[in-house]
Parts: sequence; C-alpha cells; structure tokens
Amino acid sequence: MSQDAHAMHMPTTTGLDSRKMAIWTFIGSECLFFASLISTYMVYRGKSLTGPYPHESWTNPANGEVVKGILNIPLTSFSTFVLLMSSFAVVLALYGAQRGKRGMLIGWLSATMVGGAIFLGGQVYEFNHFVHEGLTLHQNLFGSTFFTLTGFHGGHVTVGLIWLGTVLVTAIRGKLPPEKALNLEIAALYWHFVDVIWIIIFTLIYLIK
Amino acid sequence: MRLRKIISGPAFRAWFPLVLLLVLAGCSSRDYPQSTLDPKTDFTHMIDHIFMTTVKWAVVVFVLVEGALVFAIFKFRGKPTDPEPVQTHGNTMVEIVWTIIPAVILALIAVPTIRGIFETSEVPTDAIRVEVIGHQWWWEFRYPDQKVVTANELHVPSGKKIALFMTTADVLHSFWMPQLAAKRDVFPRRATTLWFTAPEPGNFTGQCAEFCGIQHGRMGFRVFVDPPEEFDAWVADQQVGSPLVNAGVVGPDSSRPADSAAAQARAAHDSLMAAGNALFLSGGCIGCHAMVGTPMAGQMGVMGPNLSHVGSRTTIVANLLQNTPENVARWLRDPQAVKVGALMKLPRKLTEDEIKTLVAYLEAHK
Amino acid sequence: MATTVLDHAETHAHAKTGLWSWITTVDHKRIGILYGATAFLFFLIGGLEALLLRIQLGSPNNTFLSPETYNQLFTMHGTTMIFLAVMPISAMYFNFMIPLQIGARDVAFPRLNAFSYWVFLAGGLFINISFLFHAAPNAGWFGYANLTTKPYSPGPNVDFWVIGLQTLGIASLAAAVNFFVTIINLRGPGMKLMRMPMFVWMSFITQILLLLAFPVITVALIMLMFDRVFHTMFFTVAGGGDPQLWQHLFWVFGHPEVYILILPAFGIVSEILPVFSRKPLFGYAAMVFSGAFIAFLGFGVWAHHMFATGMGPIADSFFAISTMLIAVPTGVKIFNWIGTIWGGSIQLKTPMYFALAFIAMFIMGGLSGVMHASPPADLQQTDTYFVVAHFHYVLFGGSIFALTAGAYYWFPKMFGKMLSEKLGKVHFWLMLIGFNLTFMPMHFVGLNGMPRRVYTYPAGLGFELLNRLETIGAFILAISMLVFVYNLWRSLRNPVPAPADPWNGATLEWSIPSPPQEFNFAEIPTVHSRDPLWETKRARGGPLPEPALASGKDIHMPNPSFWPLVTAIGVITTLTGFLVGFPYVNLVGAAILLTGIFSWAFEPAG
Repeated sequence: MSQDAHAMHMPTTTGLDSRKMAIWTFIGSECLFFASLISTYMVYRGKSLTGPYPHESWTNPANGEVVKGILNIPLTSFSTFVLLMSSFAVVLALYGAQRGKRGMLIGWLSATMVGGAIFLGGQVYEFNHFVHEGLTLHQNLFGSTFFTLTGFHGGHVTVGLIWLGTVLVTAIRGKLPPEKALNLEIAALYWHFVDVIWIIIFTLIYLIK
Repeated sequence: MRLRKIISGPAFRAWFPLVLLLVLAGCSSRDYPQSTLDPKTDFTHMIDHIFMTTVKWAVVVFVLVEGALVFAIFKFRGKPTDPEPVQTHGNTMVEIVWTIIPAVILALIAVPTIRGIFETSEVPTDAIRVEVIGHQWWWEFRYPDQKVVTANELHVPSGKKIALFMTTADVLHSFWMPQLAAKRDVFPRRATTLWFTAPEPGNFTGQCAEFCGIQHGRMGFRVFVDPPEEFDAWVADQQVGSPLVNAGVVGPDSSRPADSAAAQARAAHDSLMAAGNALFLSGGCIGCHAMVGTPMAGQMGVMGPNLSHVGSRTTIVANLLQNTPENVARWLRDPQAVKVGALMKLPRKLTEDEIKTLVAYLEAHK
Repeated sequence: MATTVLDHAETHAHAKTGLWSWITTVDHKRIGILYGATAFLFFLIGGLEALLLRIQLGSPNNTFLSPETYNQLFTMHGTTMIFLAVMPISAMYFNFMIPLQIGARDVAFPRLNAFSYWVFLAGGLFINISFLFHAAPNAGWFGYANLTTKPYSPGPNVDFWVIGLQTLGIASLAAAVNFFVTIINLRGPGMKLMRMPMFVWMSFITQILLLLAFPVITVALIMLMFDRVFHTMFFTVAGGGDPQLWQHLFWVFGHPEVYILILPAFGIVSEILPVFSRKPLFGYAAMVFSGAFIAFLGFGVWAHHMFATGMGPIADSFFAISTMLIAVPTGVKIFNWIGTIWGGSIQLKTPMYFALAFIAMFIMGGLSGVMHASPPADLQQTDTYFVVAHFHYVLFGGSIFALTAGAYYWFPKMFGKMLSEKLGKVHFWLMLIGFNLTFMPMHFVGLNGMPRRVYTYPAGLGFELLNRLETIGAFILAISMLVFVYNLWRSLRNPVPAPADPWNGATLEWSIPSPPQEFNFAEIPTVHSRDPLWETKRARGGPLPEPALASGKDIHMPNPSFWPLVTAIGVITTLTGFLVGFPYVNLVGAAILLTGIFSWAFEPAG
C-alpha cells in the first residue's frame, strides 16, 4: 500500500486509479472462473448415478434409509440474506471512510465481517450436515460439483474476510483517513463480487429445481 | 541473375519443396498402404472430394498471395540512401475487396463442407452392424447379428453397407481406417459411429489415432474386405464357440482340427487340446482371455482378446507381428520385451515345453 | 493529496549490480531480461527434447528411446514450447517494450510484475524437476481425461503437470492484470488508443485473452486434481463423469491460447515491416479491428479440435463456420502486411528477413488450418502429422520467426549492442531451410497415414523417407540455434555500443539511449501521431542526435522489493503439498504466502 502510494497518485490516462482498475480486471477474470465451475455443475445436473440428490429424495441401498432432497432452502435463504446485508453494510462503511466518520467506518465494517462470518458458519454447518447424510465430494456428481463450486466460493469469502479484517485493523489504528478510502473501496468491490456470484449460485443450485 | 535472386528468396525456398513433394506424393499409392489419399469407399470418397476442394483453393490462394509477397520483396528492394517512398496509409476500396474475396472462397468451401457433415453422419439403418471396442492397446470387434467376437482383425463383406458402433473399455482411443472410413474417437458409455460401403475386396491397415498411453504407437489392426461368400465362411468359422452364441454356457471343445482325415490325427489333436486347455488354466491365461472349451468361454474377452480363433488371424499383438509360431512363442516367452507396458503380465514364466504346446494349441484354433 | 515521501538518497541507492539487485528488482526492463533469459533456456531445452524425438523417429521400429521416455519427451516438448518458451519470450517483449512504447516510466504494478516472473520461474523449474524422478508428465500437453485420471496414470507424472500448469497460470494472470491496466492507464500525453504502436495493441488484446482464457483451464486443472486426490467424479467414468467435458474446458482455454501465442508475433511483425519498408503500416485501423475480431471469435471456435468426437452435425457445422470465419480477419492482416511493403523501400536487414519469412510461413500454416476447418476433411487429418505440420508452421514459422525478428530488432535497445548481421543471415538461412525440411514433409506423412504421438512406426507404410528428412531438418535447425547463441554471446561482448536509433524507427523506444536508463525517459514525451519519431525526424529534417544521459535525480522510481519472490515461493510451496500429499507442506506454503502478501501490502516506502 505505502509502496504504491507513489503510483496511486500518478496521473493516469483515464483518471481512474490503477488499483481500482486492477480489481475490476481481476473480477472480470474471476467471472470466467466461476462461469466454468457453474457450467460444469449445470452440465452434470441430474446425471448423478446415485444419491443423495439436491431436491429429490433417495433411498440409500446400504441401509434402506430415505434421504430427502438434501438442500435446506430456508436455512440457505437466511444466510444468503445475511451475505446480501453485509454488502449493504460495507457500502455504509465506505461512506463513512470517505467522509472521515471513524465510528461509522468501524461499526459497519465490523458488521460486514459479522455477516460474512455468519454466512461462512452457515456453509460449514451445511457441509457438515451433508457429509452426515452421506453426501461427500466423492459420493456422486452432485457431491463433486456442489462442494467444489460452493467450496471455492466459500474460499473466496474467506479471503474477503481476511482482507476486510486487515482493512478494519488499519481503520482501528487510525491509518484509514479519507485519502486512503480507496483501500476499503477495492476490498468492498471484491466483496460485492463474491456476493453477486453467490446470488447466481444460490439461484441455480437451490432455487431452480 | 534475376533467377538466382528469385531462387534465394525466402518465400521461394519455402514453397518450392512443397510443390516438389506434392508431385512426389501424387505417385504410387501402393507405396503408402495407409494413405488417406487412396479412398476406397463411398464415405472416404465424399471426404476426399471435400478435401480436394480445399486443396484446390489453397493452391490458388497460395500462388497468388505468396507470389505477391515474393514479387513485392524483389520489386521494392531499396537502399538506405534511396528517397523516402510514398507514405501510403491504406486504401479502403482495396481493403474491402480483399476482405470479401476470401470470404467468398470460404463460402465455396463451407457449402460442400456442411453438406458433407450431414451426409457423413447419416448412419444407414440397413447396414451390417459391427461393435468396435478400444482397449489399451488392442481393438476388439463384435458382430451382434452374426454373433462373432474377435480382435485385431475386422472382416467385412464387399459391396454391403457396414455400420460401426464404437466405444472404449478404458481410455479414449480413435479408430482410424484411412482408406475406408477415416476416423472417429471412442468414448466410454457413449457409442460413436462410422459407416461405409467398400465396393471392392482388399485388405487394409489402421491405427489408433488418440493418445492412449504407453503403447498408443502400437495399437494397429487389419481390415479385410472379403467377397461376400468368403465373409460368410469366415463368420461360420468364428461362430464356433463364440460367447455370443453360447453365452454363459460352457460349450464342448468345438474347434475343428486343420484337417481330419486320419483318426490318428484326431487323437493327436484331442490330446493337444486337452494339454492346451490345461495350460490355459494353469498358466493363468484364462484370467484375461476367453477361449472356447474353457470355463470362461461365456465371457466376452475382458482384459485381453478373445483367442477362440486366434489361429485364423494374420497378425498378433495389435498388428505388430505376423502370426507365426515363432512370433507367438516370442510373445508368450516375454510379452514385456515385445511390447513394454502391455497389460499382459504373465503370472509365471512359461517353460519352453509349455510354450511349444501353447503355440500349437493356439495355432490350431482357426 | 499527500504522497509518501521517498528518500532521494534511497531512490538512487538502488543497487545496480549483483545478485540481490536482480532478486529484488521491480524494474520492468530487468524483469523483461529475466523472462527472456529464462525462456530462451527453456526454449533450448524444448528444442533438445524435440531433437531426441526426431532421432527416435528417424528410423522405423527404432529403440533409441523407450515408449515411456518418448511419451514424456513429447509431452514436455509441447508444454515447454508453449508455456515456458513462446509465452515468456512474448512476456519479455511486453515487459521491456510496452512502457517504452506508450511513454511510461514503468508498469502499473512493478512488484506484481516481479511476482509474475518468479512464479513463472517456479512453475518452469517445478515441472522440469520431474525429469529427475523419471516421472515427467507423459499424457500429452493437452492431458486428455480419462487417461489422466488416477486409474490410468497412477504415477506422479500427471500431478507434476497439473500443478506446474496451475502455477504458470497464476503467473500469466498476474502479468495480464498488470499489462492490461498499464496499457489503459499509463499512456503518455497524446498517446490515444488509435495512436498506439501495433505491438502494444496486439499485446493489449493478448492480455484480455489471457484474463478470460486462463480461468477456464484453472478450473479444469482443479477438477482433474480433485479427481486424482479427492476422488471426485468430474472425469471418472464409473461415477458418471464424462471425459469429453475435459476436452471442452481445455479447448475453450486452448484455442484462445493459440491466439495468445500468435498475436504478439503479429504485433512485432507489424512494427518491423513499416520500419524496414520506410512507410507506415498499411491499414492501421483494420489491423486493430481484425486483431480484436480474431480474439473475440477465438472464443467461438474451440470445438474444431473435437471434430472427431461425434458431437453431431449441428455442432460440427457451427464450429466449421466459425473457424472458417476467423480466417477472414487473419487474411486481412496478411494482405495488410504485403500492402505495407508494397511500394516501400525495403531494407533487407536481419529483422526484416525473419519478418518476411514469417509472412510466408504463416500463410502456409493458415492454409493448412483452413483445410482442417472442414470437419469431413478433418476426420482424416486430425490426430495425424498433418496437424503437427499445421501448428508448427504457425507456431514456429509464425511465432518463433517473429519473436526472433523481434530479438534482432530490439536487441540493440535492450543491451546496447548490435547483433552481427552476418551471423544473423547465417542463422536465418539455416533456420528457414531446417524448419521447412523438418515440417513440410509432415504434411505428406500425415496424409499418408502416420498418426501423432506415436513413439515409432512400422516399416512398409512409406513413412521412412519423409521421417528421415524431418530428422535431418531438425539437426539443421539445431545448428541454426547454435549460430544464434554464438551471435548473442559474441555481440554481448562486443565493445562497440549501439546507437539509440539504429534502424530509423518510428516509435518512442528509439528516442532514448540504448540501453535505456532506469527511468526510461528524462522527460515523458507528448505524441501527436502514430509514428511519433518519424514525425519528429521529419520536422527536424534529419536523424535525431544521440540522446544525452540524464541524471534523473528528480524522478521517483519504485523501490526494489524482496516480497514478490517470497510470495512466489509461498505459491509453489502450497501447491507442492498436493504433489507430495503431505498437508504440512500446504500449511507451510500458506504461511509463507501470507507472510509474503502481508509484507508486500505493508512494505514501508523508504
């Protein structure tokens, strides 16, 4: 950050800060990353040779147990809502950062992180539950594609949390004045991206049968 | 002097070998037994026709464009002290023309191409069906209607429609018969197809054309286009003891001896069969190969080729070796020395006597 | 508003020599040289691999190489040439020339730039270390499933390949973000997009391709690795997986990849032809738009690599047409190049020799490509030596010839010495003859029935003579490389310095000393046209005087940094954990990675 302070304030051809441009560029590339994972999920939908299945029920031949459609839509809807709200929270945090309102910045940024943590907690709980029900990475195509796609999304959320946490620490130490609000803005852009991807994943996996 | 300059030009040196070799390549297709330029069926003639269309246009474009390049290099050579040439930036009309002309040429290639795509994917329904199964590193052929299972050699009758339905038992392969039906990749669980009618008898070779592991380079096969009567005779021979005929049933040994005039010959044959069958079990062959007269006769050649009629084949080891007693012995002695990495790993070394018996036994299975 | 104060003494106390200065450099010119030297070494290794292959194929039923060794060598030859030679040599030119050509002092993110080099080096070393275990990747550079799944490739060979490629992908993505932003955002005054040198335009389009194509192979590699390590079902037939999915994902990446390999070459040739014809590039706008169109269409042709997989007539037809369509903008470029030299005053110096030969070879590669574009015809051609001929004409006759042209063209600027013209011409003729002798016969031996990727062939199929010729050609090529290496070595030791503008160039890099000073321009120039240096020289009525060296004492350049290297080590260590199957390695790698990233982010200025 400090190293690039020099670069940050160099005049640029477009007038946009290079670092903001970089995060948008990176996000563009990441779209293809998730598009590939999502396409694979869609191509393999309905092609699992054995259960558990996302929406239909399945009788486990090993013990005769009936496993209903394994996705828990109400629970995941809640954690989706929380993630959405955390995107809103980071907008408010950025507003505070740009205007030097320290309380607003720290408060809403913390709220963002809490939202993200709740979402991740929900994912961890869900994954655990699925494994108990017999759905693992290697159980069937659904397991392979679901865990890989949502797992990598969760990984992105985790990276986002570490990033936001780092920014929060700098804010608490008073090292995030309005001139440096861009640092938060870039992290927030990444966070919004992760949120949008989740909306798409949630819609395609959970909502559309 | 001008000629010398032309000959030393970069473009000339590039295309002259092409022309030369094109001329040479036009020569005898007898020298190239696996050539794609030697179509023998309706399918490959269709393909060849489209290919020749592309070649024709390629030659035209090549001569014109390379010619323009070479011409320009010679005509516009300059010295550093020459005056600055006219600083042209472009010419819209010229650029439009040379965008449209290639597009038109491509359209002229696209039309027969699309037609060819649809024609070559129309598998005839009234064809003789053959199932082709790729294995690491040999080809299996099953005739569901004629109830024959064999390997390494594909027999088809001339003048009849043939439809191939192809899969793999392991990794991806590609079944390539240049003169008869070009190629198609084979996948697990999903059949791909080829079809053709070969008007004239002949025999041909083919090879796997999709990298499939260590011995991809030695995954060949032979195709025999037989006159219909010969094909029927071959089928009759191959049906004896075929797992598709006696599925699941242990048949009596019904391989016929090569010639059975004397009872003595018959007795010798029977004892050879008994000894061979015993060795086939004790030597472990039965673990991978189906063989008429053995308990696995009902199996369909799982890991290795069905050997019930191996004596009737002209080559062994995926068209690597001629089917002679010496070669069979060589293979049995140490398959890994012949084809390293092949999945044939004998559970124990065979003694020379055992090899001798087995060779005679195998060759007797015609 | 407030900038961090850089200590002037610190700025100019950057060590100029010594290993540490290279390890911590963030100077785009030095990073370019690092890329180039490393890539050239890998190129020679890849060439040696090819030579060994050609010796094996020189006779039927040859036993010079075992099948396993052959398969490792052909896999590594392809992987090395694509990812460790052509791409990083292009990266050398991106690094060295883009900032100079757009009038900038450096790239947008100097440390990210250094990081991408170190990750590239790590990936290249990683994948080659496999040779020490006789476990080099052996399933082809395209690694088709399900051959690459654990049951059929139980050894570590494929793991080396997956992890190596993944690492190299990270390097490419980092560099692509950097150059994309640099080109958009760091152009000097007056350097409008439609005034940029064609090399910068083609490089810009290449970065976009990198950004959009590499994530797809990243996902494919992740899925393959998961199949191998965590027993997922992506390509595992027993679980319902479809090997053809790998092909789709791979080629959605793979086809744009070949444009990544050729577009920089297009750019270089588009620089050299005008300079050595002494007139501007013909049809600049058409060249820009055709390049963009090729890149865009390049994402819509991938399944032409799959014409033999039985996709059905509709899919076949779609991809046949899109592939033929892409020939149109490509043809436009070829005609524009000929239009450039037409009516010019052609100066036959070594860079021009290679650039002209590029056009000739690329035409041929393009024509054989159009032949493959027809699925019925391709049913004979695909997976045979005919295809091997095609792509070597476009990748070697195309990319390598162009990159070599760039070497002769830009060597004076990069190293301050001229390469020998005499040796250059010897190199050229040997390379041209060797190249054509090696690859022209492949068209014929392929049509005569020789498939690809075979470690040997039987006698009696008519392959012997052509293969023998190809092997001889390969040796001639090898000799040409020795001549080039000698030229490089001798020229670097030549005491005669090169002038700033040895070729009467049109673009900004020729306005500064050879080699440039650390800050590139004493004063950032303002441009008013596409060929700014010609314009300046024309206004002056003659050549420019040798630019004086400037002190640069008021110019702030970024400090060197150790953290890009540390972060790169973190990346490769984390990924190595998947090779050895020992999670502690992953954890140590992650720790190094996080240390690197945080230190990088919070690095103090002075």
